Amino acid sequence: MTSKYTVNQLKDIANQVRRDIVRMVHAVQSGHPGGSLGCTDLLVALYFDVMDYKAKPFNMKGEDEDIFILSNGHISPVLYSTMARAGIFDVAELSTFRKLNSRLQGHPATHEHLEGVRIASGSLGQGLSVATGLALSKRMNQDPKTVFCLMGDGELQEGQNWEAIMFAAHNKVDNLIAFVDFNGQQIDGSTKNIMGFTEMKNKFEAFGWQTLDMDGNNMADVLSTLMQAKSMLGNGKPVVVKMKTEMGYGVDFMMGSHEWHGIAPNDEQLANALAQLPEAIGDY
Amino acid sequence: MVKIEILDQKDTRSGFGAGLLELGRSNPNVVGLCADLTGSLKMDAFKKEFPERFIQTGIAEANMIGLAAGLATGGKIPFTGTFANFSTGRVYDQIRQSVAYSGKNVKICASHAGVTLGEDGATHQILEDIGLMKMLPGMVVINPCDYNQTKAATIAIADYVGPVYLRFGRPKWPVFTAPDQKFEIGKAWHINQGNAVSIFCTGHLVWKAIKAGEILAEMGIEADIINIHTIKPLDKDAVLASVAKTGCAVTAEEHQMNGGLGDSICQLLALNNPRPVEMVAVNDSFGESGTPDQLLVKYGLDTVNIVDAVKRVMKRK
Repeated sequence: MTSKYTVNQLKDIANQVRRDIVRMVHAVQSGHPGGSLGCTDLLVALYFDVMDYKAKPFNMKGEDEDIFILSNGHISPVLYSTMARAGIFDVAELSTFRKLNSRLQGHPATHEHLEGVRIASGSLGQGLSVATGLALSKRMNQDPKTVFCLMGDGELQEGQNWEAIMFAAHNKVDNLIAFVDFNGQQIDGSTKNIMGFTEMKNKFEAFGWQTLDMDGNNMADVLSTLMQAKSMLGNGKPVVVKMKTEMGYGVDFMMGSHEWHGIAPNDEQLANALAQLPEAIGDY
Repeated sequence: MVKIEILDQKDTRSGFGAGLLELGRSNPNVVGLCADLTGSLKMDAFKKEFPERFIQTGIAEANMIGLAAGLATGGKIPFTGTFANFSTGRVYDQIRQSVAYSGKNVKICASHAGVTLGEDGATHQILEDIGLMKMLPGMVVINPCDYNQTKAATIAIADYVGPVYLRFGRPKWPVFTAPDQKFEIGKAWHINQGNAVSIFCTGHLVWKAIKAGEILAEMGIEADIINIHTIKPLDKDAVLASVAKTGCAVTAEEHQMNGGLGDSICQLLALNNPRPVEMVAVNDSFGESGTPDQLLVKYGLDTVNIVDAVKRVMKRK
């Protein structure tokens, strides 16, 4: 698949998505900007470059399409903005985020039939199992496409992930690429203080996974790592990417702590954030 | 009282296994998943004939529910199998978010429900599963009464698009419904016509209700006996028509009083036609080790308890 966008164009789109994120969260004075900003580069790379899928019409089964499952559903702003910017639904709908009668629920849901969402997430630890089930259905259907799944690092504290990690390796689910957003932060503080978790790659490798490192806030590195991850598919082992990111990336005052995990900027902070994120393809 | 013949003695879980095998042959989208209880769930025959459509998840029920949600998203019809306790209470949030709220076509098939599991004791004897499952929006809840009905229900739920909880049990039990019957979700089975009292029964206690009906008939009391195999959606028309005729009701189930069939019947009657009800169910208690027969007696779920409940409720008319 040839790239439709240059690295610089993808960076521009990522800037626009980051603008959307802070504006969406500001408009409703709730939501999770920190992790959303940190994972923006990955989602833009997936939806604008790496994944082979049809933006329209949305097909729930995703036959002959690459599929993305967001397990850490609280970073819904980045998912919604990226999908809208990719043409899956109208960007104007971003203004309804978290409001009554919106399809853009606080956490992603299929219940309101928002195109692009295949599973509800928010209660943590469930997405990798669902992604693995989707990967199995693709294998049964001789569908050669790939399933991608993003989790948070704090989310690995949920035991169900380790059931899925064990299962996917034992069953040689090799059409699955998982990402762990290693930003080192969770609601109550740094993951180091709350539940120290070291040697992630060794742990996954001991379970039988292939592992990669990635700078999740460097678009060129994201693209090359994703290319490498795809080249490792089909050899009997699932792939996990340890994705180093900065929570709040792109907005200086949101970076460097867990403080912006789940709070909204005020008017002044919004103006400050937007001044750091040049408008690229037009605000919604 | 109509005469109901015992055709055989078989466990309802074997009805599930037989139904699943037939589905495997007729529907290529049906996938079986089991969490290390393949023999107990009678899924061996399906596994043997369709190894490429059988998924052994190991002792990891949460992952099994998530896998099933993913398989359903991809267009498969997953049937998960484990004990009722591990099918519901253990994985409630997984079912709530990944299956029910997400509207996935997953069939949660649960064996060893209730006290008739027997000697394993209360850790395994879930008596709360019907309540847990029926509270989830959109979840269908079915508790068949014998081998043939369980087999027919298993086959029927594959044609229904949406999440289903199918509950069955461990012990050998009288088989008294027709082989190769057609199962209609949400359509109650009117076993006996009577005017004195309505008996609404589900699961293993349907047979006990039939035996109670025979005893009552000898006493000159003709009971209107209705098998509510589908607790949700409830066959409201059948329940209301019966109580309009009889003026009182007894419910019988192998479940807690809280959250079970009796609770659904009481809600329906309270809102539409308040009449006296007596409930044969477990009264806010855990079970314990023992034989199924001993436990049914100790926990007040036997024929005599239904007869006594009828006498009580008729006095309250």
